[in-house]
Amino acid sequence: MLQGYLRADGRKGIRNILVVAYLVECAHHVAREIAAPFRDRGVHLIGFPGCYPNAYALAMMEKLCTHPNVGGALLVSLGCEGFNKRQLTKTIEASGRPVQTLGIQDAGGTRKTIAVGCEWIERTLPALAAHTPVAMRADELVVGTICGGSDATSGLTANPAMGIAFDMLVADGAAAIFEETGELIGMEHLMAARASSAALGDELKRTVAKAAEYYATLGYASFAPGNADGGLTTIEEKSLGAYAKSGQSPIAGIIKPGIAPPRKGLYLLDVVPDGEVRFGFPNINDNAEIAELIACGSHLILFSTGRGSVVGSAIAPVIKVCANPETWQRMQDDMDVDAGRILDGGATLPEVGREIYDLVARVACGEPTKSEALGHQEFILTYKSFEPLGPACLPAA
Amino acid sequence: MKLSAQDNVAVALRALRAGDTVTFDGTACIVDRDIAVGHKLAARAIAQGETIIKYNCPIGVATQPIPAGAFVHVHNVASSYLPTYTLPK
Repeated sequence: MLQGYLRADGRKGIRNILVVAYLVECAHHVAREIAAPFRDRGVHLIGFPGCYPNAYALAMMEKLCTHPNVGGALLVSLGCEGFNKRQLTKTIEASGRPVQTLGIQDAGGTRKTIAVGCEWIERTLPALAAHTPVAMRADELVVGTICGGSDATSGLTANPAMGIAFDMLVADGAAAIFEETGELIGMEHLMAARASSAALGDELKRTVAKAAEYYATLGYASFAPGNADGGLTTIEEKSLGAYAKSGQSPIAGIIKPGIAPPRKGLYLLDVVPDGEVRFGFPNINDNAEIAELIACGSHLILFSTGRGSVVGSAIAPVIKVCANPETWQRMQDDMDVDAGRILDGGATLPEVGREIYDLVARVACGEPTKSEALGHQEFILTYKSFEPLGPACLPAA
Repeated sequence: MKLSAQDNVAVALRALRAGDTVTFDGTACIVDRDIAVGHKLAARAIAQGETIIKYNCPIGVATQPIPAGAFVHVHNVASSYLPTYTLPK
């Protein structure tokens, strides 16, 4: 049986984090200084760097600050930026969480704002600590998956093993989210065949076509030089490996950043913006996607890596599944699961899938992942624009 | 190993050295250069313009003739979708 922190909206969190959020880069240093002394006491730093307003960024911050793993929020504003801090504050208040908004200009500058912020956190942490966990069912869990620093072993070991764990979680009634439509290029027909309705199948194909067009305009595929060093030759080869993360379950729907899966099952997160190409690359690095998976309600993230990524995340624990036996030898302090032993016959895919599934339950009960224990709390949020979901994206169950 | 019977490329499960002999479908071929874990080699002779098949799926097109046992990578395969970007060596 899992344990969770019950929130006013009925969702349960597997962590009880207090977030400090800067609302423009100009407030980043002050927010970081406020959070720093509380680093090991469950206080995480998130934020948005831009000064211009953006509906996507506001929605992302609303979802992140009211995420089930979050117990309270301190917002740090410079005072003149375009971010709609009033709406964000109201949304957090309405969720029943403690929230405080500080304006650096009003508070009298850097030193005074840091002092006020630290004092508020000292006062607020005991209230969070008083929140006792309750029993949580497996079907209340939302799990996201991503691959990063992929090489040719990712698609042979870690990704299919995570796919098996995903199938087990979906069978338990959990919601599972896979993503990066730019890394599903070439997979659209296979994916459409798994859709729960024909109209959803068409939407899945359209989503991948949008990604291919977007990346073609930008001139690069979602493919880093390290992917080629690791033996991947083309984006479609990388996609085949990445696609294995999704397992074999039927695809229940498409969601966009900030939209929680409406019910159990497997969902594709469409991370590529709608409309003409604006604001640059859809996701400038892995953490941009992780933040979006979390904004969709993911309690924890399964992250497969062949080359060896070290990142974690603010708000949600990241489980690192290492695909490559040589990388495991070099970097095992950063890795939670050794999937590379599948290559030399040291374990089977179903055995590693089971291992990941069991670790998900332990992490959900509070066991820290390697990246969590090392203090990794990466976070990034940039500009994007989305249109609402099409009617075929979420077929009725 | 070949991931699927229809594949025309195989994946190195351990590092291979130039001159090593590997056997595909009863035919022995000589590895043309060192090949790292996870990288690919031709499981049979592949013609220029032929589709590269791995996991029984297309992963690109040969840009030159590739003899059996030769290293298969960005120097002799192109994407059918978007070009592959690598750093200058």
